[in-house]
Amino acid sequence: MTLIRRTVLGMIAATALAPAAMAQDTIKVGEINHYKRMAAFAEPYKKGIELALSEINADGGVLGKPLEFVFRDDQGDPAEAVKIAEELMTREGAVMFTGTILSHVGLALSSFAAEKGYLYLASEPLADSLVWNSGNPWTFRLRASTWVQAAMLAEEAAKTDAITYATIAPNYAYGQDAVNAFKENLQRLKPEVEFVAEQWPALFNIDAGAEVQAIERAKPDAIYNVTFGSDLAKLVREGGDRGLFDGRSVYGLLTGEPEYLEPLGDEAPEGWYVTGFPWYAFDEGTPAGTFVAAYEAATGETPKIGSLVGYMTAQSIAAAINTAGSTDGDAIRQAFEDLTVDDTPIGALTYRAIDNQSTLGAWVGTTAVEDGKGVMVDWEYKDPAPYMPSDEDITAMRPAE
Amino acid sequence: MAFFLAQFLTGLANAAALFLVASGLSLIFGVTRIVNFAHGSFYMLGAFIGITLMDILPGHVGFWGAILLTGLAVGVIGALTEMIVLRPIYRAPELFQLVATFGVILVIQDLALMIWGAEDKLGPRAPGLRGVWRIFGEPVPKYDIVLIAITPFILFALWYLITKTRLGILVRAATQDREMVGALGVNQAWLFTGVFALGSALAGLGGALQLPKGGADLLMDFNIIGEVFVVVVIGGMGSLPGAFIAAVLISVLNVFGVTYLPQSTLVLMYVVMAIVLIIRPWGILGREEAAGEHGQVGSPERPIRPYGPKGIALTSAFVLALALVPLFAEQFVLTLIVDMIVFALFAASLHFILGTGGLVSFGHAAFFGGGAYAAALLVFHTGTPMELAFLFAPLAAGLLALAIGWFCIRLSGVYFAMLTLAFSQLVWSLAFQWRDVTRGDDGLVNIWPAEWLNAPAPFYYFTLILGTGGIIFLRHVIHSPFGYALRAGRDSPRQAEAMGIDVKRVQYAAFCLAGIMAGLAGGIFVFSKGSVFPTVLEIGESFDALIVVFLGGVKTLAGGVVGAGFMTGVEDWLTRLEYWRLLLGLVIISVVILMPEGIVGTLSTLWRKIRHTDEETIR
Repeated sequence: MTLIRRTVLGMIAATALAPAAMAQDTIKVGEINHYKRMAAFAEPYKKGIELALSEINADGGVLGKPLEFVFRDDQGDPAEAVKIAEELMTREGAVMFTGTILSHVGLALSSFAAEKGYLYLASEPLADSLVWNSGNPWTFRLRASTWVQAAMLAEEAAKTDAITYATIAPNYAYGQDAVNAFKENLQRLKPEVEFVAEQWPALFNIDAGAEVQAIERAKPDAIYNVTFGSDLAKLVREGGDRGLFDGRSVYGLLTGEPEYLEPLGDEAPEGWYVTGFPWYAFDEGTPAGTFVAAYEAATGETPKIGSLVGYMTAQSIAAAINTAGSTDGDAIRQAFEDLTVDDTPIGALTYRAIDNQSTLGAWVGTTAVEDGKGVMVDWEYKDPAPYMPSDEDITAMRPAE
Repeated sequence: MAFFLAQFLTGLANAAALFLVASGLSLIFGVTRIVNFAHGSFYMLGAFIGITLMDILPGHVGFWGAILLTGLAVGVIGALTEMIVLRPIYRAPELFQLVATFGVILVIQDLALMIWGAEDKLGPRAPGLRGVWRIFGEPVPKYDIVLIAITPFILFALWYLITKTRLGILVRAATQDREMVGALGVNQAWLFTGVFALGSALAGLGGALQLPKGGADLLMDFNIIGEVFVVVVIGGMGSLPGAFIAAVLISVLNVFGVTYLPQSTLVLMYVVMAIVLIIRPWGILGREEAAGEHGQVGSPERPIRPYGPKGIALTSAFVLALALVPLFAEQFVLTLIVDMIVFALFAASLHFILGTGGLVSFGHAAFFGGGAYAAALLVFHTGTPMELAFLFAPLAAGLLALAIGWFCIRLSGVYFAMLTLAFSQLVWSLAFQWRDVTRGDDGLVNIWPAEWLNAPAPFYYFTLILGTGGIIFLRHVIHSPFGYALRAGRDSPRQAEAMGIDVKRVQYAAFCLAGIMAGLAGGIFVFSKGSVFPTVLEIGESFDALIVVFLGGVKTLAGGVVGAGFMTGVEDWLTRLEYWRLLLGLVIISVVILMPEGIVGTLSTLWRKIRHTDEETIR
């Protein structure tokens, strides 16, 4: 028995000593993600980062040193993510950390970052509270938030005659936020709108037939969809078969992202107004088109929106470190406030000092099927600024700094 | 009316795949007594293999042929799994095999990712069955009707197999008394392999049959396993008609739940299970478990005794060594040890009821997470000082155990386990859905310790004192009269009752004490991480504890603690690697095969052999 205890103790000591002795000739950034649990989303994201790193380091790196990302898997567990963040910062010598797709893991890291004075760039998590209700000076966020993307769809919905709406969203915080944001924005623009059904399937465990029947029963004029992944595929299939979408306008949050649209193949829904990422339609020579070409050349795959986010994450961090002129966490943090990152795929990107949110917007458009594949047509890129709450509202929401 | 009928048909169609998977699990449990958590993985394999075969084989014949071939293929995989992983450990303690099946889950997850890639796959349509038929004006997908039509045939085929064939007779005989079947000259090993293969094949068939309604993705193994267990337990473990009734019941209730209580999707089936088990403790068609049926396997265990002076000295030296760690180690080592101690305390509390009390709980995370949430809620909403909020953690967890235990303690075996699971799911959904109070899965953040503790070294000592204190306290209880009564109730409830021990009351008290200790671990946890999310209440958290207790050794004193240390260390190492799930799965499987008594149990047996002191003969 005691033998075992010694072994365990020895093992702790061994883990403690093993990776510590690495030489500090690169600038390290910790990247914590759910590489296994959310493999479909995390893999393109990682490839995006690797592409950006190869370009940054070919240009001489940052502050004259190569930039390096240390990738770690947190199993989608917030407690594990916090532990890994601590290890990256105290032992691996990372200057800051980034990553996560799931919002709750992002929130755990954000709280940890603020407590310890570490810098965290939340790349993919969408929760509004990350920069607003639970915002803190040490957390910055890249992707456009749920609120902004839902507001873009609500604006389009307000232009139609539809009065009664049904919503369907996965039964967790993201789904609820997305529905509330859509409701608030739509009812502000068009007060007579009525929500006649709200469906809450379990995430990745939808009972699509029953959900479709329940929505049909409410006979709404229009439908707002927040489901994604395998839930979306089942909903589209059952809904299509049972004629749920016939004669109704449908608004889909994230539905146009290649992650979710591509697996649907020729069964992709047509005529939905969605947010997404129409990489196939970018002109050659534009910043976005150049990114797509470089990504395809480097990986042999077509990009997902995760690829773009990963790419811009690495670009943002490199720009912040260069601006800071040092690898001190607080210096990088100050550099991030009102930081402008030039030459990203969407042009210049700014991190707003008021809420640490980037100005990355979203692509909106209508879905169609072309050559047996789901695509977005009549799309446009929308800047997030008009859809943000007012500066006073944001200041009121954010805890005092 | 037409709408009700259409809803009912949707429910029946959903029940088809669910019944197939559940019947396989029920068969496997009935005969081999293995609680097969990898059953969902066979379902997932069925979906992926089905898609691959349907790509190759075109047309009507190809589609239905592919489904049958998938069943065969998954059956073969199941047989191999049984022969390689499970056959060596049938003589291990009760339920030990579930740890091995957990390793199988991890291995299959990574293999599926390697073979089929990360992207979700949409299932092919059944040829000629796209679109709907109208029944009283309501659209019903054609494939749904086909599924509804197929299910009775499958039920009939299984019924025929079980009641009319020699294999069926053997299976039923083994379900009732497997030792007698062995004594009558039936080759048990092949019977078990055959049943396991059949059960896996049914899961594979289920995975392939649902393809036109969905597809294949890497999360479907975990997504179905909960539902399948619920169905099997509601129906009665080992009963095929029960599984059918339960599959229909759950599926139809789900459909109506979606329409009339859309928020209920997360918990409805667990509520149904809890109600059924409270009314009928052995499920709808299950039968009472005969005492000792799957109790003692193998040689009688050695009575557990307190450590001698040597053991006490070594333990003290070890704790002293831990106390000296902050003097030389870097910060992260302290964090890692804090994690280990918290997990060890949590595992020790489960080990206390599992090893000493013989109560297998599948829902122990309710108390760990419940304690963590209790403290966090106080800090978050009322700004209670950390010291006070921390005390509230074990208190609240104890009260929760008092409430949950009142319902659960009257059950035994797997049914007890599943009822605790149901209640822990209820607690989870409370934390998940009551957003006004708990913020849902946005969690409670900024729960940091008081000023004087908020540094690595002080918090380390805080954890060390409370953690090791809790563990030592539990060990003292085991050697107290109360612990002896608890053990008596585990080994022979009837004799214990005859001696005047109120077995159920003793177990109830032990259950509450375990809850309090888990809550204490949860309290330390929340202040060490600074935040708490519903993930601490998830099924996975309960199983982590269960697995380390089994890995460490159920029948030993230090099993939970050693298992927790082992697992935390191994995980911390392996997750740095690309295919860590595969490796972790293989590590778990090899530990299980090489050390069927758990790490501590096997090592101490080995130690006794080396020293040639077979104490059992002396006593």
